[in-house]
Amino acid sequence: MAVLTEEQTMLRDMAREWADNEAPVSAFRKMRDAAPAAGYDAATWAAQAEMGWTGILVPEAQGGAGMGYVSLGLVLEQLGRNLVASPLASIAAATSAILLGGSDAQKAQWLPRIAAGEVIATLAIDEGPRFDPAKIETRVEDGRLSGTKTFVPEGDSAQLFVVAATDGLHLVSGDTTVTRAPRHLTDSRSHAQVTFDQAPAEALGGGAALIGQVADRAAAAAAAEMLGMAESAFAQTNDYLKTRVQFGQVLASFQALQHRMAKMFTELELCRSAVEGALEAIDSGRANVAQEVSLAKAVANETLHLVSREMVQLHGGIGMTDEHDAGFYLKRARVLETQWGNAAWHRDRFARLNGY
Amino acid sequence: MATAPDIDAPANPLDSFRAEVRAWLTANFPPSLKGKDNAMSAVEGPHTNSPEEDAWQTAMGEKGWGVPTWPKEYGGGGLSRAEARVLQEEMQRAGAWNPIGGMGVMMFGPTLLEYGTEEQKREHIPAIAKGTVRWCQGYSEPGAGSDLASLQTFAADAGDHYVVNGQKTWTSGGQWADKCFMLVRTDKAKKHEGITFLLCDMDTPGVEVRPIRLISGSSPFCETFFTDVKVPKANRVGAEGEGWTIGKRLLQHERSSLSGGGSAAGRMFAGASLGQIAKRYVGVDGEGRLADADLRSRIARHEMDLRSFMLTLRRASLEAKSNQGPSAATSIMKNVGARIMQERSELLIEIRGFAGLGWDGEGFEEDALKDVRTWLFGKAVSIYGGSTEIQNNVIAKRILGMLDHQ
Repeated sequence: MAVLTEEQTMLRDMAREWADNEAPVSAFRKMRDAAPAAGYDAATWAAQAEMGWTGILVPEAQGGAGMGYVSLGLVLEQLGRNLVASPLASIAAATSAILLGGSDAQKAQWLPRIAAGEVIATLAIDEGPRFDPAKIETRVEDGRLSGTKTFVPEGDSAQLFVVAATDGLHLVSGDTTVTRAPRHLTDSRSHAQVTFDQAPAEALGGGAALIGQVADRAAAAAAAEMLGMAESAFAQTNDYLKTRVQFGQVLASFQALQHRMAKMFTELELCRSAVEGALEAIDSGRANVAQEVSLAKAVANETLHLVSREMVQLHGGIGMTDEHDAGFYLKRARVLETQWGNAAWHRDRFARLNGY
Repeated sequence: MATAPDIDAPANPLDSFRAEVRAWLTANFPPSLKGKDNAMSAVEGPHTNSPEEDAWQTAMGEKGWGVPTWPKEYGGGGLSRAEARVLQEEMQRAGAWNPIGGMGVMMFGPTLLEYGTEEQKREHIPAIAKGTVRWCQGYSEPGAGSDLASLQTFAADAGDHYVVNGQKTWTSGGQWADKCFMLVRTDKAKKHEGITFLLCDMDTPGVEVRPIRLISGSSPFCETFFTDVKVPKANRVGAEGEGWTIGKRLLQHERSSLSGGGSAAGRMFAGASLGQIAKRYVGVDGEGRLADADLRSRIARHEMDLRSFMLTLRRASLEAKSNQGPSAATSIMKNVGARIMQERSELLIEIRGFAGLGWDGEGFEEDALKDVRTWLFGKAVSIYGGSTEIQNNVIAKRILGMLDHQ
């Protein structure tokens, strides 16, 4: 566990308590069954905004808390534990784009509203089914942006899009010039194909390089959510093995299963270090952010993949049923693994960054 | 896979049989059904057959070739193993598939042929051979999964019949089945020796079936409740208390059929190559190789595993010529088959990215949506029919002679 400030400890404890009391996995199930177009429950989201989580990254001058990515990660981790359907990670990605590339006017226009929880914002990079920030055809001419973005998270409800074009990131308001087509993925969250046709766009500074920097921050946030999911999936499995009796013994007494749990626990510890390392690197503005993020996302992908798969297998038949929560973790895991670069993508970049 | 030997090869006693099979297939297999076999049919339940499908099933059923090695007197094909292989090769060559299947064919039939009375065989085997009666399996219970012998469903002796009470779970296809072969407890004092093998009509009063929804969204399994269900004693297979022996034999047949010996798993592997699909989604480098080197290496590793598995299946089937029935090696096959099937699904998901994670609705290819469901349903493969962990125990204890824990 990273060394937390008193403020961060309070934030984490509050987030954890809230998620456990107000947004357990049963709340996600309820949302899944009700299937709102936005992909999240409005009241649950309002509560999160109320607690100020939308302002974690926003400087105090613009109405936020200015706490940084480690703090954001702590909250996302708690949400991940209970699979809370929340646009917070998408909003944070959009926020980081404005923080890094926004003019004073853009910051003044958007950040206070984001901090106040008034705006659902999201990041739209990909134009195909696989993460590829190098393959962008969306163009901006005379301040008008045209192109199609696929599988945009929170694309169904976003009021502000941070869109990657050939020359960098642009802010596009989610008004009528935007066509949204929902894409129902396995995780029952919001993803949409979004088409911009001559949409008025405002460029952020930083050019094409900004796309990579923002994608890294989005990836680090996803890794934090994945860490929380893996922790919870692991804990639930561990509890189950201690209660399920077969052959007159609890499953937890079988050495073959103990060793598997021990291996998962080990991987989880490595995963936590990698995720916290990436968030800290971003906060302290270190030069190796890209490398640290690739490490974190690749490790989080592999760890959550292992744990969510084992959660189903070790629960046996019950883990296969829709009635049990294991499937939710398995399905969401795959979506997050695909988002902002899968393990292979990040391993490849890690190698390149290290000169081989 | 297996290539059909040339018909002009040196004279072979099977040549005339091969010619007979070829002619029969030409006359009876409608070319419109080529490759139409649905690998997920067992999961999705029965569908309305087209007239061609009906005709094909009837033809195979009457010939007995859906169960080629079963005795002719009970409606089987009466073929030797070598002849059955020829039949399979010729069917593959013609793009034909076996329309007769299900648990009756895979598990119950072979077991009843071994343990049933003459009367029971005459009553049940011909209908299985023709594919007109569906069977389901009443084995697992909520508290008796891997530890099957802990089952509690009780059959009380009531003279000429038993009165059955209890609950089964994971009843595959229970909502579509006509009959159920089940293990029940007839003696509470003994664990393994207190189990009896019964056959029950699913429309008997007191039998209630509730489908279980899986993470894949489908409901191929059910919970089945028995409340004061009367089962005639004539429907008992073997002696009272002999159910564990018979039931275990049936499980061997189940494992061998689940190991993918050219059936369900084989069909799944028969689709487009992973490499080709990956090239489409991931792109190629300057030399035409898959652009993602990491993925490329993992696909190669998977394909090598798959080929080793198929070669092992073939070797095992050749070596089994002299043996009777399935062997302990079926545990290995089930585990490898499950692992490969799951890896394949996961590679497909990874290759397609978000396009491979569609649940429903617009924007996804039909194949991709199907593969998502296969991925999720495939998680059951390493759990049902004796989980991977249980098969590993079987390998350790029965093949390697290792000892019990504690």
